[in-house]
Amino acid sequence: MNNSRQIKHLYARAGFGIRFEDLHDQANQSIKKSVKKLFKASEKIEFLDALNENIDLRPKPVAQTDMDKMALQAERNKQEKALNDAWVKQLSETDAQLREKMTLFWHNHFSCNIGNAYYEQELNNVERANALGNFKTLLLQVSQTPAMLQFLNNQQNQKGHPNENFARELMELFTLGRGHYTEQDIKESARAFTGWAYSGKTGVYTFNPRVHDNGQKTFLGKTANYCGEDIMSIITDNKQTAVFLCTKLYRYFVNDIPDDTHVNQMADVLYKANYEIKPLLEFVFLSDWFYEDKNIGNLVKSPIELLVGLNRQFYISYQNPDVLMQFQRTLGQVLFRPPNVAGWPGGRSWIDSSSLMYRMKIPSTILNAGLIDFTGKATPEDEAYLASQRKQQLNVIKRVQAQPNWDKFLHDIPPDTTHLQIAEFMLEPKLDKTVVDEMNSSADIKSTIIQIVSTPEYQLC
Amino acid sequence: MERRDFLRNTALISGAFMVPAFLKPLEAMAKGDLTGHKNLVIIQLSGGNDGLNTVVPYGNDIYYQKRKTIAINKPDIVTLNDMQGLNPNLSALKEIYDQGWMNIVNSVGYPNPDRSHFRSMDIWQTGSDADQFLTTGWIGRYLDSNCQTCKNPYTAIEVDDTLSLAMKGAKMKGIAVQDPGKLFQTTREPFFKDLVHDHGDTNLNEDNLGYLYKTMIETYSSADYIQKTSKTYNVTAQYPATGLGYQLKNVSKFINSGLDTRVYYVSLSGFDTHVGQQAQQGRQLKIYGDAVAAFIKDLKSTDKLDDTLVMTFSEFGRRVEQNASNGTDHGTANNVFLFGGKLKKAGIFNDAPDLTQLDNGDLKYQVDFRDIYATLLDKWLDVSNSQILNKNFVGLDLV
Repeated sequence: MNNSRQIKHLYARAGFGIRFEDLHDQANQSIKKSVKKLFKASEKIEFLDALNENIDLRPKPVAQTDMDKMALQAERNKQEKALNDAWVKQLSETDAQLREKMTLFWHNHFSCNIGNAYYEQELNNVERANALGNFKTLLLQVSQTPAMLQFLNNQQNQKGHPNENFARELMELFTLGRGHYTEQDIKESARAFTGWAYSGKTGVYTFNPRVHDNGQKTFLGKTANYCGEDIMSIITDNKQTAVFLCTKLYRYFVNDIPDDTHVNQMADVLYKANYEIKPLLEFVFLSDWFYEDKNIGNLVKSPIELLVGLNRQFYISYQNPDVLMQFQRTLGQVLFRPPNVAGWPGGRSWIDSSSLMYRMKIPSTILNAGLIDFTGKATPEDEAYLASQRKQQLNVIKRVQAQPNWDKFLHDIPPDTTHLQIAEFMLEPKLDKTVVDEMNSSADIKSTIIQIVSTPEYQLC
Repeated sequence: MERRDFLRNTALISGAFMVPAFLKPLEAMAKGDLTGHKNLVIIQLSGGNDGLNTVVPYGNDIYYQKRKTIAINKPDIVTLNDMQGLNPNLSALKEIYDQGWMNIVNSVGYPNPDRSHFRSMDIWQTGSDADQFLTTGWIGRYLDSNCQTCKNPYTAIEVDDTLSLAMKGAKMKGIAVQDPGKLFQTTREPFFKDLVHDHGDTNLNEDNLGYLYKTMIETYSSADYIQKTSKTYNVTAQYPATGLGYQLKNVSKFINSGLDTRVYYVSLSGFDTHVGQQAQQGRQLKIYGDAVAAFIKDLKSTDKLDDTLVMTFSEFGRRVEQNASNGTDHGTANNVFLFGGKLKKAGIFNDAPDLTQLDNGDLKYQVDFRDIYATLLDKWLDVSNSQILNKNFVGLDLV
């Protein structure tokens, strides 16, 4: 029995794509063994530690000159780049690819965009630590990070003048989804989260009882003096939370269009497992429907999945990793800079005329260490940096300085593999005759590879 | 190699045979259908331009009280009326203003304003409420509306490398073209060319692969159309040697060559002036004013100004009171500029911002930005605004 198609699909979805060496080892094993192997490799947790200083905790100088502010903005910008580089590197090199893939999922689910990269790193590590753990723990821990407290304005949520932003997003985006609570539920539950804050002096979460509202709150039909944790329990006791999460996970791992039967099966598993993520994912990866034709090779890779998949496949090292951030900008997904609280919409929204051309061009540009003749737009957040540095646009890197490890890549390809077989290995969708003809007619193996990564098919996983 | 050459030759010889059916109307569209169609040009100032130092309320003492070190001195102001005048760096626009080709709408914003760049830009680009998250842009939804001239990506062109959310609809998206020649070259790389010409029908299914192939073919076809059409016209007018000058010169080329495009989109960065505002904003406004003045005069000379409407916006204005670093922090309502040969009301549309009735130190909006969008959609792009903006806006008597 040869399971290579299934194993390849599993790695494309649960990770960032398979390498020849992985497939060679596993083609004749059961799928169950491969799933187990993926989880095993993801047991270790490698925290990001690129940043060790929280700039906001520095003592505030009495008088700040314009030069001081300019320098500070430049430092923030440097931290943001360092964090971005560090995560892309980890995504590209880790063995714990399922953990990173889920961290990427939570990164979008708990979308957060703030100016402090140190807090972003902390939030990212909370998401990584709990990526395959318990959703209830994750939800609580994320909600108490300075990053999220700041982003959703819970610092301003106090008894007498509540700020409803956190309560609203908690229900709309993190748990129940629209239509399963009322505006009144938001108002009442916001009061339960009063006093959840972090200290500006230490940068650590501290509950502040003095501004907490101890009154009765009526939430989803029940009345008591609820605290924030109580509200979260009521929300997760509601099975709709499991359905909402599983719908999103289905779209992430299986298909853009949710299948109600499969989503409900998933929600049953998650709910019965008390919101443990691991059994849910095992269930998905071992379901027959996960391997049905219509669920193979039909998801549009996010820009990060595209770049990371390429890096992993070819063991690429970058002399100047900033170019990766430039590519993220061009393709519309800069890590730690999601467009709004709802995150990146994903799917076909990644693709327009220009982004598709760049997506088909960037892989060969990287593999050939070629010239870049396009730039991404400054994100709204880049603006403060630009203005403070008296610039009109971001610096643009003109040449990719990167080195793929061709020797290692080629070495792992079994002898006698045809060009077409390499294409079938590297591309998830079934190949059309045109592509087959192109592969059969290409002159040498390197040009074959360059063509493979330049196809529309390579955009899918 | 032989096979590929063979296919390429076949494609050339048989011509229309290789063009997928859904592309045919586009190729067959006669130029005559398009004469006299109207163009909308949107200029985005990114970073939150300080409206109060752009159109200065110099007749109001509060302005000078709140901006001790960064106010524009009265003698330097390009006066428009006895209350408001332009920043001296916009002096090139005075001539345009005097000709009746410019309109200033004061205090434009929306309820419950958001002071974060990315959120407020999102709101302006999608045309959403402050508590609503849309994944499509307002121009994108105009493309989706299936209006008579919205069939192709190049109905909306962004003169840039990448496409803004404003230009993305659920089904249709605009196209980003910084340089038509470069786009053409990119799409004509031999391998892409082969894929476009030789793909099988299975690759045009409704699934995501089909979507990718369709997008690729549309891009290929659009790049050809834009390149071939635009190179028939040579811009002779002088433009300043700045990024924006270059972009608007390209827009002029597109418009004057008769490109079947309704909406153009360009952006200028660098307006987030928290620190040392005067020099930084002054530089950016000069780039803006000089380029726009050149563009408007160019269009006038080629008889296209009556068919063109230019709108400039920024994601928010800045606080009324300056900060301690000779800059301003994020605020709310702001002015919007309109330019064109057929404005209903030239000059200043409404009262100068009220500097006494503030909302926590910020201007209160008087005009919802979506009333401006509604006006452009209804009166200029000929679609009903409620279809695009998800509810009906009354609009303004602007055009």
